Amino acid sequence: MRAGMRAGMARSLSRHTLVWVLGSFVVVPLLYAVISGFKTTGDLTADPLGLPHPWKVSNYTGILSSGDFWRQIANSVLIAVATTLITVAVSALAAFAFARYAFRGREFFFTLFAAGLMFPPAVAVLPLFVLLRSFGLLDNPLGIILPQAAFALPITIIILRSFFRTIPAELEEAAIMDGCTRLGFFWRILLPMARPALGTVSVLAIVTSWNNFFLPLLVLADPKWQTIPVGIQQFQGQYSTNYALVIAYIVLAMVPAIAFYAVAERQLIGGLTAGATKG
Amino acid sequence: MTLSATTDDRPRHAARAPRRRGPRASTGERLRGWASSTWFLLPALLLFFFFVLIPIFVAFYTSFFRWGGFGWPEDFTGLGNYRKLADDPVFRGDLWRGLLIIVFSIAVQLPIALGAAVLLNQRMRGRAVYRAIFFAPYILSEVIAGVLFGIIFLPGSGLADKIVEDLPLLGDLAGRWFADPDTALPTLFAVMTWKYFGFHMMIYLAGLQGIPTEVLEAAAIDGAGPWRRFRSVTLPLLGPTLRISVFLSVIGSLQLFDLVWVTTTGGPTHSTETMAVTMFQFGFKRYQMGYAGAISVVMFLICLVFSLLYQRYALRRDLQGAVTNAGGRR
Repeated sequence: MRAGMRAGMARSLSRHTLVWVLGSFVVVPLLYAVISGFKTTGDLTADPLGLPHPWKVSNYTGILSSGDFWRQIANSVLIAVATTLITVAVSALAAFAFARYAFRGREFFFTLFAAGLMFPPAVAVLPLFVLLRSFGLLDNPLGIILPQAAFALPITIIILRSFFRTIPAELEEAAIMDGCTRLGFFWRILLPMARPALGTVSVLAIVTSWNNFFLPLLVLADPKWQTIPVGIQQFQGQYSTNYALVIAYIVLAMVPAIAFYAVAERQLIGGLTAGATKG
Repeated sequence: MTLSATTDDRPRHAARAPRRRGPRASTGERLRGWASSTWFLLPALLLFFFFVLIPIFVAFYTSFFRWGGFGWPEDFTGLGNYRKLADDPVFRGDLWRGLLIIVFSIAVQLPIALGAAVLLNQRMRGRAVYRAIFFAPYILSEVIAGVLFGIIFLPGSGLADKIVEDLPLLGDLAGRWFADPDTALPTLFAVMTWKYFGFHMMIYLAGLQGIPTEVLEAAAIDGAGPWRRFRSVTLPLLGPTLRISVFLSVIGSLQLFDLVWVTTTGGPTHSTETMAVTMFQFGFKRYQMGYAGAISVVMFLICLVFSLLYQRYALRRDLQGAVTNAGGRR
């Protein structure tokens, strides 16, 4: 009994040690970033491990009082929200048709959308740029919003379709009997029921849009519309050797993402794992 | 992901669709059904057509021209760009490095993720917190991760140098990291692991939760030790999850751009360059859009062929009780 307990404790101890090693691999860089933001660059390069002396808040306050940072945040929010609204609205309609109606070409169209998942956005960046330029959508938020929505369609349609299929057909028949139109059923009954699935796909679309870098890098040359990832890169280019200031900038840029993660952890993880496994 | 959906839904459809449409549906009714279904599909189709399908076509088209990117492509070269690509040592290097990145991801990053998942699948204090922490890097953008590690790996004055300088084996790395062609790619691997292992861990955790404890208990009663239980029960039952995770990892590696662009822009001397970076360099720095288009097409074809083969040979097994087969074979 005693030996068993000791072995159990040893195992739990080694388990905790492993988790701690892995945890510090993840946390140390983040902690380093937060602390370094309070240093001067001289202090940072002379003693990367030490604490700041004195703690300097002007890196952070300087960025927070600059218009650029807030404008980039606002642009990122606008683009993420618009992308998500379009993606979810358009996908919900399509998923509704795929899930509940039989029509000629359904399999073909669904396979077409599903095949979109095999098509990585990085491949499309160059032709998209050419296309957006001829549409006059460069330096225009729509030039990011529409392609992002298009690339989010496959996963969103797939997740929503599989959810819509779980809702019994009797419900629709009953609604139609009571004088509901198809669209009325979709809008007033199906969508409210699908709220958890809608939450999942929305969160997925928001995060993807928020972190998108490649396309905005090409399309948003004008600082007026730049999103936060492009803004960070620009800022780094501008203050390339003022490391402490650059670090402060990325720490502040992390805050919205971490806050969103804290609020929407369940949907985020649910969405990512569902997207990956159930599909 | 969808791959499984597209294939495994088909039989269900076949069984369902005729019943739903029913023998009673008149031609008029069916027409009306088609019309309203079309209205529901139309916005998605338009969006998909303009921003996904047309770009594929544009990439193919431009890849047959020598084209600076302005005006209409006119200087037709046939397969000239592809021939040039086949001889380009940088592009060949991209393929080689792409392979290295894939191998590394599968051989190092995914096992770490699996280890973390198995650890955190056990009852232990603070489990939820650890899980949240391990996953945190994944939700930060590549740009944030890239800029941060660019500074951490600064030769001479970065945090990484300070940590390793007194260590026996790793001390040699100090001052090199991203600055030395020999160490740049391994350094990139480290950053990739930091960024992505939490995501794969989450997928595995979801998979592990689907394994009934009774099976593991039964194995324990039969005298299987922890390692044997892991190898003969957990691992085979996790098969479908592992295969999906490998798939995502490969597709992600093939299109790697953000992290590389922010940390090294592909250098030093192309040692971290990927296909997407080369494409960007030629298309937007040197204005050889036709050539860059050819790189896009090759990336597309590699992804497509890989997806189809993988779906055919690896994922298909998941549709026919592969789990028990794989378990039985051991």
